[in-house]
Amino acid sequence: MNGAQDGVGPPLWLLAELTYRCPLQCPYCSNPLDYADQDRELSTEQWLDVLRQGRAMGAAQLGFSGGEPLVRTDLPELIAGARELGYYTNLITSGLGLTEAKVQAFADAGLDHIQVSFQASDPELNNAVAGSRKAFDQKLAMARAVKDAGYPMVLNFVIHRHNIHQMADILALCENLGADYVELATCQYYGWAFANREGLMPSKAQLVEAEATVNRYRSDLLSREHPMKVIFVTPDYYEERPKACMNGWGSLFLTVAPDGTALPCHSARLLPIDFPNVTEQSLEDIWYRSPGFNHYRGDQWMPEPCRSCDEKGKDFGGCRCQAYLLTGNADNADPVCGKSPHHDRILAARTAADHATTGLEELIFRNARNSRVICRS
Amino acid sequence: MSNIPRLRRGFRFQWEPAQQSHVLLYPEGMVRLNGSAGAILAEVNGARSRAEIIESLERQFPEAGSLAGDVDEFLTEATRQHWIEWP
Repeated sequence: MNGAQDGVGPPLWLLAELTYRCPLQCPYCSNPLDYADQDRELSTEQWLDVLRQGRAMGAAQLGFSGGEPLVRTDLPELIAGARELGYYTNLITSGLGLTEAKVQAFADAGLDHIQVSFQASDPELNNAVAGSRKAFDQKLAMARAVKDAGYPMVLNFVIHRHNIHQMADILALCENLGADYVELATCQYYGWAFANREGLMPSKAQLVEAEATVNRYRSDLLSREHPMKVIFVTPDYYEERPKACMNGWGSLFLTVAPDGTALPCHSARLLPIDFPNVTEQSLEDIWYRSPGFNHYRGDQWMPEPCRSCDEKGKDFGGCRCQAYLLTGNADNADPVCGKSPHHDRILAARTAADHATTGLEELIFRNARNSRVICRS
Repeated sequence: MSNIPRLRRGFRFQWEPAQQSHVLLYPEGMVRLNGSAGAILAEVNGARSRAEIIESLERQFPEAGSLAGDVDEFLTEATRQHWIEWP
């Protein structure tokens, strides 16, 4: 039986991280810090098998991500396989390595949507953040190619203290390119972004101004009956209650890392938990029965203040990765919560953001050399 | 604006056995539709007019009586959500 078991519903969202390889060096990359030493990747047939199992369990949304998924030469085959199974297929890409011919070939294979990420609204800053001199022009060209090929267009900007002042320019650029959706995703501080947090986190004043700009632009779109939808993910470090991370552990999302490790979210690999691998167990065993996926389901694992909190059914105690990174124990309440005894660590980060002077060039860029240096120390 | 609705580009409507419902899929999102919303969207194919959609549904559900009000209400909401468009 493939349906819900013991109150656990199916994984409706499957994220296939095809590879950690990437031509860019963004200092907020969500890949693990030690990615350079994890170069094993599932084969085409293994990925197709994962997709078949996921679809049979009920997964409907599929993301091809990475790293940069375009470096996998079998991508057209994976897209065609996924589409045939009935997935809604999303390609999440930097746009580097994309060509007009590939955009068309992917459409023919049944790809539903290409999300192109940008680093800023102008070439100088964009290329400095991406660590690539030709990134911006390539991204612009590929955004136009995506639109011309008839895909819905989603543009993604990761927001931090060095580009948060560009909101108006970013939105104008997106409208100009004909975007259907814009995601302004403030850095979430895991992986490389956690290592660079002090140099990335916007100050409260920056955030307030950015929100006002975005809201003005939204009202303007509304008054013009313009369908472009703007999603602004603000940093949870400025909240007093934690986010309902991943809509709950093992509730909707299933990530498969390049080597086949199955995770409840793409950051969970940093937790001291033994996660199962799709090369050793069926996806159904992994989702419903593995200790890794059952670890934080329900609320029996919660210590105080979550255990007796009347909001625990709403936010599930927040994010396990954030609890682990900031308190050393993933069971703890997410310190974003004002009730957490570790909330002072969030307050300290806010104070640091008010006084930060770290320049863009001082950030630790995500590349193989830095990966090995960090993970040796 | 025509009288013939179609799904917006990038939106896909399909039956999901695991959820026992029709869903509307779009970039990184999914709406689970209730029975009547699913029945109405199933008629939106870029060829049928609003009147033909109502007629077809009234034929399928003769016991429901007039469906014009329900259909209009849903199509208005779906238009507002930018799920469908009237080319």
